[in-house]
Amino acid sequence: MTKKSAPAKKPEVAGYNARQAPINAKLGHDELIALYRDMVRIRRFEERCLRSYQQGKIGGFLHLYIGQESIAVGCVSVMGKHDHIITAYRDHGHALAVGMGMNEMMAENYGKYTGCSKGKGGSMHYFDPSRNFWGGHGIVGGQIPLGTGLAYALKYKGLKGAALAFMGDGAVNQGAVHESYNLAALMSLPVIFIIENNGYSMGTSQERSSAGPSLAQRAEGYGMNWDIIENGHDVLEVRDKVAAALKLAHEKSLPSVLEIRTYRYRGHSVADPDTTYRDKQEIEAYKATKDPLMVFQNSLLAEKVLTDDSIAKIDEAARAEAETSAQFAEASPFPSVEDIQKDVYWEADNPADRKSQGTLFFN
Amino acid sequence: MPVISYREALRHAMSEEIERDPNVVLMGEEVAQFNGAYKVSEGMLAKYGPQRIVDTPISEAGFIGMGVGAAMLGLRPVMELMFFSFYTVAFDQIFNNAANIRYMSGGLINCPIVLRGPANGGTNVGATHSHTPESIAAYHPGIKVVVPSNAYDAKGLMKSAIRDNDPVMFMENTILYGETMEVPDGEYLVPLGKANILRAGTDLSIIGHGRAIQMALKAADLLKEKHNINAEVVDLRSIRPLDEETILNSVKKTNRALYVEESKPFCSVGAMVAAIISDKAFDYLDAPVKRLTSIDSPAIYSMPLEKLQLPNVDRIYQAALETLK
Ligand SMILES: Cc1ncc(C[n+]2csc(CCOP(=O)(O)OP(=O)(O)O)c2C)c(N)n1
Ligand SMILES: [Mg+2]
Repeated sequence: MTKKSAPAKKPEVAGYNARQAPINAKLGHDELIALYRDMVRIRRFEERCLRSYQQGKIGGFLHLYIGQESIAVGCVSVMGKHDHIITAYRDHGHALAVGMGMNEMMAENYGKYTGCSKGKGGSMHYFDPSRNFWGGHGIVGGQIPLGTGLAYALKYKGLKGAALAFMGDGAVNQGAVHESYNLAALMSLPVIFIIENNGYSMGTSQERSSAGPSLAQRAEGYGMNWDIIENGHDVLEVRDKVAAALKLAHEKSLPSVLEIRTYRYRGHSVADPDTTYRDKQEIEAYKATKDPLMVFQNSLLAEKVLTDDSIAKIDEAARAEAETSAQFAEASPFPSVEDIQKDVYWEADNPADRKSQGTLFFN
Repeated sequence: MPVISYREALRHAMSEEIERDPNVVLMGEEVAQFNGAYKVSEGMLAKYGPQRIVDTPISEAGFIGMGVGAAMLGLRPVMELMFFSFYTVAFDQIFNNAANIRYMSGGLINCPIVLRGPANGGTNVGATHSHTPESIAAYHPGIKVVVPSNAYDAKGLMKSAIRDNDPVMFMENTILYGETMEVPDGEYLVPLGKANILRAGTDLSIIGHGRAIQMALKAADLLKEKHNINAEVVDLRSIRPLDEETILNSVKKTNRALYVEESKPFCSVGAMVAAIISDKAFDYLDAPVKRLTSIDSPAIYSMPLEKLQLPNVDRIYQAALETLK
């Protein structure tokens, strides 16, 4: 097998500084702190989830976003009123970033009726349409056509909005992703395909799963705009590049593919082995130099936007919020047996308005 | 006799077949370097090398279709679906290509492929990962469907499936992977299409497949203990081909039938079996054929509720008592 070795990197703009980019230069202290706080909240929430998982309170899978917080926070921070978002099963970060509450999220993980999906979906399947958040999807790549459809509906309705459709570096090899690329380019849809490239799909490194020089460059085959964000750990760089793609979508109804380089600290799901396919050193090196929280914290400290004191307060508040969510989840009731068959058909839940006839359920 | 797990039994079957026939390859996501998401293929890459044990990208339509094509040209690919639920991504390749190729070619082409992986609920992974598609699969002429309920069968059925000249969908169970039993060393085959009477009885036939059968055995113990009822437990092992004879003989003896399975009730395997019984053993029945399935809705995530949605020993026990009323 021959492999092209040409590195697919877009030439770096000389002297690029994300902090000086117009979209970031104008940020006030409060806004910068809000970005930082959101990343801290994601991390503390997930650490609390991990503890609950280890206590057996959370079932099934738990895919943690720890290490990738800058992406969800950066992307959501530049979204406007008519911008929508959809992602895969690693969805806690996106959910918190759009403003979902820790209580409803933790309760969902606990399988409780007070959860965002009444305990029916679990950690992989969060949704909040009221915040333009369309999930939380368990089948790799399956959300990408849906994201394309969100963009289709936005364009159809004449709204100035775009869809941000997130996937991992493994998901890019699903046929549905390629079909979506073609549809988006062909129909000129305002969708931004965002590849969160954390280097691995479960235990498979990117080189072992994807042919070709880079993931984002595949967009060229469809004549689509693309870019690679090397410093995905930098929330400000994420903001700048995503805002540029959003502008293309809003103003010209053009799709883009953005590949954002990042790293996941934990095993694929927390019960999965963590260091059989990668070096512990590799994880430690990333944490030491590129941790998104640490990097941003340091630059805000240097700018005197944050102080040791305010950092401690933000951290304390996030921990307390996460702890409260665990207590809320613990105290909440489970769904009832009757609930199992609710939310299956609209007509079954709204019998007074039922138009169809015949039996819906067979027990 | 060595005591091994269901998981090991599958591994032994695949290993023996890989050693026996150079055309057998195992392919799927994480099967090689990662040793399998559920460790079914653990150690196989080290033993058989990357030509026989092949990692694929997350491209089910592509790699399952590739397996179908390779099977047409004489390979015997064993394709692992990390969860059987992901078969939906490859639906066209399985049900349009694999299932129809022999027919549409007027018998010119064989498609000896095995699609295997866990098809079960009960592990709180939500609706997308908890499909039990045995009736959907068996609906398609050209496809065979196998659902082993224990380690002995898993090995013998897997070997038969690999040697079969038609596509076989082989549905395993993550909850059974760790279950152990005595399994003989070395070569034996369990033929497809031969049901197994796991417990002989006279009062009621509990027929079913997969993990529900393990629960049925426990329910049968309870029926004996509490009511002195002798239930016969019939494990189909293979859904298509289907051992009608064993089913009918059992019902003719006991005059009552309960079908247990993890699937949803609509158009399920149990519905098919009930139709066959009423068609061919109607005069022997003392009660309508009863079915016990999962509660009819997508799989719920919530841990205690999923237990109630699925068949469990108590639900089977209660259903059996109703059948006997
Ligand atoms: C169709 C399908 N195939 C396989 C899986 C199992 N699976 C879940 S996540 C995953 C790895 C995905 O990796 P990537 O796209 O890089 O996302 P990441 O987990 O790194 O966020 C696999 C193989 C699945 N959920 N759906
Ligand atoms: Mg990845």
